[in-house]
Amino acid sequence: MLEILACPLPASLQDAGRPGYRHLGVPLSGALDPEWLALANALAGNRTDAAAIELRLAGPRLKSDADALFAIAGEVDARIVGEANTHAVAAWRSHRLHAGEELRIDAVRSGVAYLAFAGGIEGRRELGSRSRYERADLGSPFAPGQLLKVGAGGTAIPRRLGIAPARHDGPLRVIPGPQRERFSDAAWQNFLGGEFVVGREADRMGLRLDGPRLNHVGGADIVSDAVTPGAIQVPGDGRPIVLLADCQTVGGYAKIATVIGADLPRLGHALPGTRLRFAAVTLDEALAARQEAAQALAASLATVVPDTAEPDLAALYGANLIDGVIDATH
Amino acid sequence: MKLLELGDGALTLEFGERIDPDANARVMATRDALQALGLDGITDMVPTWRSLTVHFDPLRLPHDHLRQALLQAAVQESALATRRSATPIIVPVCFGGEFGPDLADVAAATGRSEGELIAALCAVDLQVALIGFLPGFPYLGGLPDWLDLPRRATPRTAVPANSFAIAGGQAAIYPWQSPGGWHLLGRTPLKLFDPANPQRPARFAPCDVLRIEAVTPDEFENLRDHPRHA
Repeated sequence: MLEILACPLPASLQDAGRPGYRHLGVPLSGALDPEWLALANALAGNRTDAAAIELRLAGPRLKSDADALFAIAGEVDARIVGEANTHAVAAWRSHRLHAGEELRIDAVRSGVAYLAFAGGIEGRRELGSRSRYERADLGSPFAPGQLLKVGAGGTAIPRRLGIAPARHDGPLRVIPGPQRERFSDAAWQNFLGGEFVVGREADRMGLRLDGPRLNHVGGADIVSDAVTPGAIQVPGDGRPIVLLADCQTVGGYAKIATVIGADLPRLGHALPGTRLRFAAVTLDEALAARQEAAQALAASLATVVPDTAEPDLAALYGANLIDGVIDATH
Repeated sequence: MKLLELGDGALTLEFGERIDPDANARVMATRDALQALGLDGITDMVPTWRSLTVHFDPLRLPHDHLRQALLQAAVQESALATRRSATPIIVPVCFGGEFGPDLADVAAATGRSEGELIAALCAVDLQVALIGFLPGFPYLGGLPDWLDLPRRATPRTAVPANSFAIAGGQAAIYPWQSPGGWHLLGRTPLKLFDPANPQRPARFAPCDVLRIEAVTPDEFENLRDHPRHA
């Protein structure tokens, strides 16, 4: 059992999300960065879609009443505080948390990070998912005093990651939105040429952006139709809103563009103050990028290996890895 | 009819740009036709008043394949659209007072007595055109034309859960407490969303027909579903 001792800023339990219920108004939800969720789980010896703790900004303090094994995907400052000593824990590999020790996530330096426990966290599973969706009280809340059950897995072997998946680092790639014709060509040029800053109104539902105003042709309002994570809707004030995992299922503002699937995990890292740029690609380019991202994740997951002093060469060769993929000094 | 790309993992088939019962009937019939094909890789189908969006995994279901299937499934004439379910679902509503604080204002704005307004709401079939905004929140068509009122000038910060409300020519029932700008006419004792029932977590689904039945505050209490405990 995990006990949450403190949780200064929003953190939540997330898994791969809750598809299949959007016609009933239930958001997709799930990890903002499903790739890093998968890596945290792989390092903890779990299925890649097990529930883990999604951390943003500053993390919680946790205690376990039994020996546990955990792993963190992301850039964090974290330490284990025991009765006798304290030691820092590195990300991208698994660690043991002994009964009674406290795990403190002091800071999350990547926009988002994932904390997975071997055996997975067994919060409430509703409509096929353990992902927390606050407004309809779906999934277990994550708050101080809460106890969370961890599946059997405390004796799992520690693992480490060879390489993180390579990611596109240019502007966020978009394809023109369903209501692209509701915007002037000048607005489209502003959208692609301008720099946007994530405003203070930023949560798991979406990010409000400051930047060049995007003016409509014939009004911002439409009769509501479906939206999806990555869709960029523009209300009458001309300030775009990029939708994220917890977004509503339908919306009544014209949508200028949609961030492509391959770049959605990157979008999940944006925080207030983050600068964003957008570049248009074709549907074929978007699909190729999605394929590449899936392959990069699979290649990265294949570099998760037992964390022994000696590399497990048999396992490495068995995984059919390309020469040079493994950082042997890690 | 237009086929629109909502990113690389969703396609929207648009039948019109307005609130239109004919378009909605075609949307529902198209959804049924597409569902019957049993395509692997579709995760969600979201019907609205005027469009059908299909969310899918393009690595499992090629874009071109779904595009063709959608255009083939598209029902173009409302005469061909399937009939809605014939049996209405009875929805008890306690009108006025603390249950519906805007009843008197709406009666006054439409030149009816409160009794006439309630009788009119109980006489029509309300069709679920779509579910959205909140889990289980139904947008209902079928109101009399004279009940087409704009939203309140100042939205409420907290509309009580289970409120029956109207605005913009539509009716709706709030499954959850939330901010909202619609006119509150009454409240239903029914639980509208129950995640413990994965087969039908939302009491209403697109295509359902509802009939409102006025109940007294005592009847409201007796009919009240037990609230969910976390």
